[in-house]
Amino acid sequence: MAAEMLSYIDRKSPVHQLTGVTKLICFILWSTAAMLTYDTRILLFLFLISILIFIISKIKFEEILFVLVFILVFLFINNVAIYVFSPQEGVKIYGSSHVLFEISGRYNVTLEQLFYQLNITLKYFTVIPAALLFIVTTHPSEFAASLNRIGVSYRISYAVSLALRYIPDVQRDFRNIARAQQARGLDMSRKEKLPKRIKNAASILAPLILSSLNKIDTISNAMELRGFGKNKKRTWYSARPFQKSDYFAIALFTILFIVTLIITFHDGSRFYNPF
Amino acid sequence: MKENNLSIKTIVAIGIGAAVFVILGRFASIPTGIPNSNIETTYAFLALMSIIFGPVAGGLIGLIGHALKDLIFYGSIWWSWVVVSLLVGFLIGLASKSIDIESGEFGTKKIITFNIVQVIVQAIGWFLVAPSLDILIYAEPANKVFLQGLVVGISNMVTVAVIGTLLLLLYAKTRSQKGSLDKE
Repeated sequence: MAAEMLSYIDRKSPVHQLTGVTKLICFILWSTAAMLTYDTRILLFLFLISILIFIISKIKFEEILFVLVFILVFLFINNVAIYVFSPQEGVKIYGSSHVLFEISGRYNVTLEQLFYQLNITLKYFTVIPAALLFIVTTHPSEFAASLNRIGVSYRISYAVSLALRYIPDVQRDFRNIARAQQARGLDMSRKEKLPKRIKNAASILAPLILSSLNKIDTISNAMELRGFGKNKKRTWYSARPFQKSDYFAIALFTILFIVTLIITFHDGSRFYNPF
Repeated sequence: MKENNLSIKTIVAIGIGAAVFVILGRFASIPTGIPNSNIETTYAFLALMSIIFGPVAGGLIGLIGHALKDLIFYGSIWWSWVVVSLLVGFLIGLASKSIDIESGEFGTKKIITFNIVQVIVQAIGWFLVAPSLDILIYAEPANKVFLQGLVVGISNMVTVAVIGTLLLLLYAKTRSQKGSLDKE
């Protein structure tokens, strides 16, 4: 169970030097834009920009390869599922049908369907680099500070920061418990029958959850003793002041966002229709 | 501490709860054999936390936990399902007052209440909200997302019914019962 997960990669690059707040705002604008639009031209344009930012950030391709493989497999399965369930979705959206070849019954391959699925895939490709970059270039404690800065209450920001802080701990606990139970003969693999496996999962869950509940008690006592939540505001150790580049980045992304919305909605449809 | 503020304990419960949610969501899913649909033990945990700490904590554990899980392990957030986690956590939490797990009693009647609530809540979430948002945000074909919602919803209901109830029973046993002290 070698757990590979995305985490902060320390490096000197223009993207790293932006404050967490800037990156968070840009990330939110970016994903909202990509989520709303189905315009192929915009998606392609955004995709190219995200690759450009990726190169600027000096993150190596191999460092995120494992996640990419995972996402590609998921995208592939998703695409197959979309086709199996709705081979005429593209025809329905674009209102025309250019048949390439028939398979059987309602299953044929049309240009519209291929174009529609290309759009869905492209949509992921525009969001994924931005999300990956955001995680690997933003320090976790700066992330919580940024949340607070954009208006999330500091109590909730602190909860997010706690979560990020304790994910590795809980993961270690989980692995220890799972190994201990397996050493006692509990089988979690595919060899065991399903009902038995569920029961076995419960016997790993129980100690993990009870120890986590204990952790909650300990931590909240410690925070209470230090007077957490006494004041209305809280300062963050890792918060940084805005630089020129921060204003520039936010302005740039806001313009991109507005242009995206205008182009997407000016003709009353989220889809770009080349047919 | 004023009433409208979150208590320290709730904040910590949200933080740690979200961390556990992330780990369980990633590692403690049992594959059923059908692609893309696992038995997610993490929803049993979410139900437990909602019952112990109430609707606000439950909802935020669902929101933060699910969003972080998607972000850290899959690189992109599937918003429509994150919203469902928020909803499930919050709505199950509404039953926390009437179940009152801290009293140490979790008898047949409460088990039935808990399960009726969780089935209704998850039906709303997985059969209605998740597919609708999938269509709205991702423009996916309707029959695909409704079938997906159906499979995931039913498997999660069963998971919460079996493992969730088991966990609640276990937790109730660790609380001291009302009137357990005798006057000598």
